[in-house]
Amino acid sequence: MAAELHVAMVAADREVWSGEATLVVARTTSGDIGVMPGHQPLLGVLESGPVTIRTSEGGTVVAAVHGGFISFADNKLSLLAEIAELSDEIDVKHVERELERAKAEGDASAERAADVRLRAVGAR
Amino acid sequence: MGAQLRVYKRRIRSVTATKKITKAMEMIAASRVVKAQRKVAASTPYAQELTRAVTAVGTGSNTKHPLTTQAETVTRSAVLLLTSDRGLAGAYNSNVIKAAEKLTARLETEGKQVDVYIVGRRGVAHYNFRERKITEQWTGFTDEPSYADAKKVAAPLIEAIEQATADGGVDELHIVYTEFVSMMTQNAVEARLLPLSLDEVAQESSAKGEILPLYDFEPSAEDVLDALLPRYVESRIYNALLQSAASKHAATRRAMKSATDNAGELIENLSRLANAARQADITQEISEIVGGSAALADATAGSDK
Repeated sequence: MAAELHVAMVAADREVWSGEATLVVARTTSGDIGVMPGHQPLLGVLESGPVTIRTSEGGTVVAAVHGGFISFADNKLSLLAEIAELSDEIDVKHVERELERAKAEGDASAERAADVRLRAVGAR
Repeated sequence: MGAQLRVYKRRIRSVTATKKITKAMEMIAASRVVKAQRKVAASTPYAQELTRAVTAVGTGSNTKHPLTTQAETVTRSAVLLLTSDRGLAGAYNSNVIKAAEKLTARLETEGKQVDVYIVGRRGVAHYNFRERKITEQWTGFTDEPSYADAKKVAAPLIEAIEQATADGGVDELHIVYTEFVSMMTQNAVEARLLPLSLDEVAQESSAKGEILPLYDFEPSAEDVLDALLPRYVESRIYNALLQSAASKHAATRRAMKSATDNAGELIENLSRLANAARQADITQEISEIVGGSAALADATAGSDK
């Protein structure tokens, strides 16, 4: 059996994605981290940014995560975030408009959020 | 038609209209309860994972944090009271307000000063009417709270608890909300949210008897705890908001159901009375006719003589 780990990505109000994966790459405050099956138990703080999940079927799932945590133990990985969106769910045109509006209004947090979304789409 | 009968008919019409309204409100509330329950269920995975993570840090390291350390002498406590914006929910709001007042009284007898934070127009109105001080208030989202609302509520509370007591900060935070047990049962409960007792959290999550692994913290246990605790508080407040919303809708549904039932009973009684009045009218008319004709007969009989 190929080694795989169970991933659950949960946002505050819903479960965004769950399934089996062979590799998860996320950005913590101290740098990018890749988790493969059998990794040491880990609990880290995530930066806002794209998270890449390589599923056991060979596909890739990319999600935009706005802050949160990564925790791994017993081959179960959970990604906790207040807001998390799969890149497929992101409407690029809408986000671009949002980004422009945020820039115009000088709304730094909205600008950052839109930027994270775009990067997630770009990493797809 | 007799005057009495007309009065009854009018009242039946008005009660029927009321019954239609309460019936509609009952059905709306019933569908909202289901929605709110679904939201509670959807938020559970996040809360569970967070609790696990907090437990992991709490048991896996000896870090100290303002949100977990008990002040030696508690001089000021914050009480967060969750009520609803709208009434028509039976005793829902008065129960939770009563629970908050009991808690406030208890804290005051312990010599603590109490700051009150209120969510929901009903609670705000209650305190304003009694001219009591409200430290902060939020309204407008109690029917369908979002996570952003929970963040909004949590932010000043976390700030207050991190502040030194001398500068107007608080030493502990209590929350009073309505726990959703089932469609029929909702309890007003109070709980101490902060300072967080890590042992308690650990007990809660290790009830399943799992042993937590030794985690590797990234970047460090302190930083993880720093980031984790505010989120944990937010998620607890979010959960309380959702439960309160579900309870409110369940209470509304029940209140509206009994209002509908009462209206039905009232209509039944009124129609009985209306029938009796109609019968009385008819009887009277008959006796008037009979009496009239008898009098006429007497009169003609008299003139014949």
